[in-house]
Amino acid sequence: MLRTERVVDNLNGALHALFADDPRLFLLGEDVLDPYGGAFKVTAGLSTKYPDRVLSTPISESGIVGVANGLALTGNRAIVEIMFGDFAALCFDQILNVSAKSVSMYGRRLDVPLVVRCPMGGNRGYGPTHSQSLQKHFIGIPDLLLHELSPLHDSLTVLRRVLDGGRPCMFFENKPVYGERALAPGAIDDLFGYRFADEDRNWARVAAEGGAGTVLLITTGGMVSRALEAARTLLLEDEIDVTVMVPSQLYPFLPQPLLTEVARAEHVLVAEESTSGGTWGSEVALRLGEVCWDRLKHPVGTIHSRDSIIPAARHLERQVVVQAQDIVDGIRGRVAACTS
Amino acid sequence: MDDSDLHLLLTIRHFELALLRLFEQGRIDGTTHTCLGQEYVPVALRPLLTDDDYVFSNHRGHGHYLARFEDPAALLAEIMGRSGGVCQGVGGSQHLHQGRYFSSGVQGESLPVAVGAALSLKHAGSSGLALAYIGDGTFGEGAVYEALNMARLWDAPLAVVVENNHIAQTTPTDRHLAGSISGRAAAFGIAYHGTGSQDLSAIRADLEPLLRRVRDHGEPLVVEFDTVRVGPHSKGDDTREPAQLQAARDRDWHTAYERSYPDQFAAADASARGAVDAAVAEVGAREPSDWRVAC
Repeated sequence: MLRTERVVDNLNGALHALFADDPRLFLLGEDVLDPYGGAFKVTAGLSTKYPDRVLSTPISESGIVGVANGLALTGNRAIVEIMFGDFAALCFDQILNVSAKSVSMYGRRLDVPLVVRCPMGGNRGYGPTHSQSLQKHFIGIPDLLLHELSPLHDSLTVLRRVLDGGRPCMFFENKPVYGERALAPGAIDDLFGYRFADEDRNWARVAAEGGAGTVLLITTGGMVSRALEAARTLLLEDEIDVTVMVPSQLYPFLPQPLLTEVARAEHVLVAEESTSGGTWGSEVALRLGEVCWDRLKHPVGTIHSRDSIIPAARHLERQVVVQAQDIVDGIRGRVAACTS
Repeated sequence: MDDSDLHLLLTIRHFELALLRLFEQGRIDGTTHTCLGQEYVPVALRPLLTDDDYVFSNHRGHGHYLARFEDPAALLAEIMGRSGGVCQGVGGSQHLHQGRYFSSGVQGESLPVAVGAALSLKHAGSSGLALAYIGDGTFGEGAVYEALNMARLWDAPLAVVVENNHIAQTTPTDRHLAGSISGRAAAFGIAYHGTGSQDLSAIRADLEPLLRRVRDHGEPLVVEFDTVRVGPHSKGDDTREPAQLQAARDRDWHTAYERSYPDQFAAADASARGAVDAAVAEVGAREPSDWRVAC
């Protein structure tokens, strides 16, 4: 079943619903006030409805997350918008040393209901400091959750669960996803449909009807459109049947719903927009190796952007940032290498 | 000063001296930053704070904690990793939380957090304030300025208490701080009060109306105590010249008060020393603290 709204509208609607439900929820960010409503319009309308709880801030990423930490530690909930996720580097100390550590460093569990929203990723021509995917730098911090916006996941469901859980969360939002169509379980197009693979609706499973699932491609919300384009090409041109699995929660990684798929697949690959080296994809590969080594027929493969800064010019950017064709090539290469 | 203030001051003094002894004996690991010479700052502030107020402390926070809670055994157990510690031995000397009191070992990062707490109080219609202790060295951190800017922009009831002991670990203030702390407060349009007094009554009389303005009008305030660190930065890392150390000792409230009020001092000192010694014996005999990683 198709939903007609765009992902940005789904996310904006989620924020409105959260604000309507909770008088102690705050949102902080740069230029989030109406009529601008944030650089990507995700916060549109919020400041008009909730002027005392939507704070348009100075250009002070560290300070903003610090203030949000203070709000969260004193009985409120807070959402922070980092205008471009690249700037999350500026608030790394607050996230690492206050948000995440406060959950447990005082010897008892403290709730830190905080979401730091980070518009990430390339394919928009914004250049080296406004296009990166920095997810990997936040992996492995105890008590810090990582989620990624996806056209397959309802943002209200995800954000409500995260805030109710009381652990701080980075919410990565691949920028081109904002304009994509939000999808509901059911048929996506003439070839593919999706369903959730677990009760928590964390793992979305996209596959061709009756497909054999020769290749299992694990990827993130921001990569969904590229992964599906690649899967379509591989099915139509190569008769390679790809199942795509997409979690909302990147970390901690929850492998259980993948085990059946891993057993069925001939090849398992992870695709992500980050550059390689200490990444989510390598974490996934490691964990799958640990929990289902006996079911893997080959080592888990990875597909990344090039080991490079991200150029501004669109044609140069496309050479660096992973595209659908890179996924096609990666899977073709893997299949060919193992059958020749 | 009255006996309860003096007893608390001397309890903090003996607590810190006991920690240095315990380190020498190898009975405490890690590090500790004693507030020898600075005990009077949180003791002066004690009656000016209410249960609604949040306190954010730093690495040199034992005095801040004891002035708030007066439970040296719980703090000692925390630092010694024994049962009954404030934070089960997880936080240790620098990472304490109880009620509306938080501390951290990273310089400066508590200031924006305190702004958030202050906004929370304001939003709830409380007359409470958030008080953050920092040292002169912390003015090298950008987080301080981001916090001061937002506090003033948003009328957050924040009081920043600067314990300027004129040395950041081993670096004297004139080698780490350009301009002045008062000038930096002025740059943000934030009210400033500086004092070199160690007289509790005088300090309280000065600060009471200033803190009332913070509560009533949400106007942030910076209070700078021109103070003195008599002990080392942490355990045994004092690089100051003998003459500098002597100058510090000459400004110690402890020496001055003992000389002026020998009888009251002797009685209170014996009492506080006895209480701390008893706590060391009792806590030192406790079981190691128990903590399980939360899932």
